[in-house]
Amino acid sequence: MKKVPVLRGKSVFNLFFENSTRTRTTFEIAAKRLSADVINLNINASSASKGESLLDTISNLSAMDADMFVVRHAQSGAPFLIASHVREGISVINAGDGRHQHPTQALLDMYTIRHYKESFTGLTVVIVGDVLHSRVARSQIHALSILGVPEIRVVGPKTLVPDSFSRMGVRVFNRMEAALEGVDVVSMLRLQNERMDGGLLPSAQEYYKSYGLTAERLALAKPDAIVLHPGPMNRGVEIESSVADGSQSVILPQVTFGIAVRMAVMSILGVG
Amino acid sequence: MAHPVASPLVILGGTVIDPVTCREFRADLAIEGGVIRAIGRVPDGFADARRIDATGLMVCPGLVDLSARLREPGYEYKATLESELAAAVAGGVTSLACPPDTDPPLDEPGLVEMLKYRAQTLALSRVYPVGALTQGLGGERITEMAELTEAGCVAFSQADHPVTDTRVLMRTMQYAASFDFPVWLRPQDPFLARGGVAHSGEVATRLGLAGIPVCAETIAIDTLVTLARLTGARLHLCRLSSAHAVEQVRAARASGLAITCDVAIHHVHLCDIDIGYFDAHSHLVPPLRSVRDRDALRAALADGTIDAACSDHTPVDEDAKQMPFAESEAGATGLELLLPLTLKWAAEQSLDRASALARITCDPARILGVSAGRIEAGAAADLCLFDPMEDWVVGPTTLVSQGKNTPFSGLPMSGRVRHTVVAGQPVFSRAWST
Repeated sequence: MKKVPVLRGKSVFNLFFENSTRTRTTFEIAAKRLSADVINLNINASSASKGESLLDTISNLSAMDADMFVVRHAQSGAPFLIASHVREGISVINAGDGRHQHPTQALLDMYTIRHYKESFTGLTVVIVGDVLHSRVARSQIHALSILGVPEIRVVGPKTLVPDSFSRMGVRVFNRMEAALEGVDVVSMLRLQNERMDGGLLPSAQEYYKSYGLTAERLALAKPDAIVLHPGPMNRGVEIESSVADGSQSVILPQVTFGIAVRMAVMSILGVG
Repeated sequence: MAHPVASPLVILGGTVIDPVTCREFRADLAIEGGVIRAIGRVPDGFADARRIDATGLMVCPGLVDLSARLREPGYEYKATLESELAAAVAGGVTSLACPPDTDPPLDEPGLVEMLKYRAQTLALSRVYPVGALTQGLGGERITEMAELTEAGCVAFSQADHPVTDTRVLMRTMQYAASFDFPVWLRPQDPFLARGGVAHSGEVATRLGLAGIPVCAETIAIDTLVTLARLTGARLHLCRLSSAHAVEQVRAARASGLAITCDVAIHHVHLCDIDIGYFDAHSHLVPPLRSVRDRDALRAALADGTIDAACSDHTPVDEDAKQMPFAESEAGATGLELLLPLTLKWAAEQSLDRASALARITCDPARILGVSAGRIEAGAAADLCLFDPMEDWVVGPTTLVSQGKNTPFSGLPMSGRVRHTVVAGQPVFSRAWST
């Protein structure tokens, strides 16, 4: 049985102020499997462009008897602002805010790691790529720290991985080979196209040359190391196809687990 | 047009604080024709004068604020001259400089004359407009500085608008130096600061907010100091934010350059940690920096490296703060907090009250080029009478300003203005609350 009646009669609003296909779809599937009514709103295209303020939009939607808002926003902190203004009884789930956090992504990543590894307290994890602009990286660092991972590494050029990250309890690397040495988990980040226009990186080709995850480089990690990626992937920019499709890749299981984890988050909030 | 000539006034039983000589003493004051006639004993002939009972109160010169946005013209929905000058006198501020970032900016003599006229009609605080350094604050063409000075401008500034072209910057400073017009600039490299909303540090890293690095300030100071030396311009650096900036000012002075600088009083108390979890009330310009930076600013204000503290009063409407942090409008209300926050800093630094008050009275008056900020026979009777023991809580109901936005909202303050006198005229009295 795929469908359970946990959220029957409840309305879940997917509020995407920023485009996303994967996250929105998995939240939608998760909500529907819990029997909720799902309303997808792509707000880029409606109110925001007409000058309506964020909180006015939220007030209007609250008046439509919403029970849950799933919020994706380009500004760090926006879901928190919404959560502190909605009336009591409405749950707000952060589906990614600016560079700040993407908690359900980190939860599904932790679930995935837990599925393949016995415990967190002996792991070395490396996060590769555009850490500076990544909400996924920040949430992963947060989650991995809480779960007791003794060594969290981040790696990338200084334009994308500033030294200031060492204050978040991670080891900062600028060379891919050194960072991959002996790790149990390799978590790849998506490189946004706008980072490759010469402002932060000279080109996609040069990025791949220095930081692309090739089979050769992956061999520096532990033999049983797993490879994660939140998707969508840029093959040949951050990851080699043979690695993405290889035996150490857990990228597709991540997607499957993502639905389960989001169902869990929504059930806990919906019942509570 | 000057302030209306006031009838004689005596202030009895207060403790006078003279920040110029750093003394505190019990004295009565006799005021006539807008100036202080006698300090100590009231001379004969004042039997029919109005009286203010200052028992238990401190009598200090009216505060001089180097930056208070009054929002006129152009932003009357945020605040008006009436509302903000009422806030000024409620905060004991009797002289204030207003930056040119109005709409339109203060780049034409007519606008400056109108502002001065409106302020004089209200007869509250004395208003000293700071003219735009470049036309429309666009950073390209020099304004009519001589005309603007004649209209009442006391200095020239870009407020928070950059002059991105260094050659334009040099020429504006050369031109101002020709007439010895003061140039007040907030040091910030526009490229390094572009898009940033918070100090580049742990808090911004953790919250995912775009950062403004300290080097945006220090590189700009290097440029400005070099150009000041080259052009001979009278440079005043506005709103320092970092420990390194303080070091640069010390070094420039040690090498013989006469520059002055100020700090916003909230930077003396707060740091980036006060952003908490995206509190837009702590979204300020320049950004709140690290605890170490804050401590360096506190020490530099005490030892005189930083000449003056200002309120950097910026009333923002509530809607503009109810936004995600990066989209919210920067700024905080401050006129009514300048005195209690200065007293708080003095107490925490174990600094005597008179020396501390110099930073918001006679020292900024010197930068402004006016004779305010002193209590002596013959000086203009601009006075602030405050109760140093009165505790109050910052909030929408206790603030007079139309701007209620401040990171200090809900916090207790010690020290409250009871009476404000401008040119011998009582312009504000606070009823005792029960």
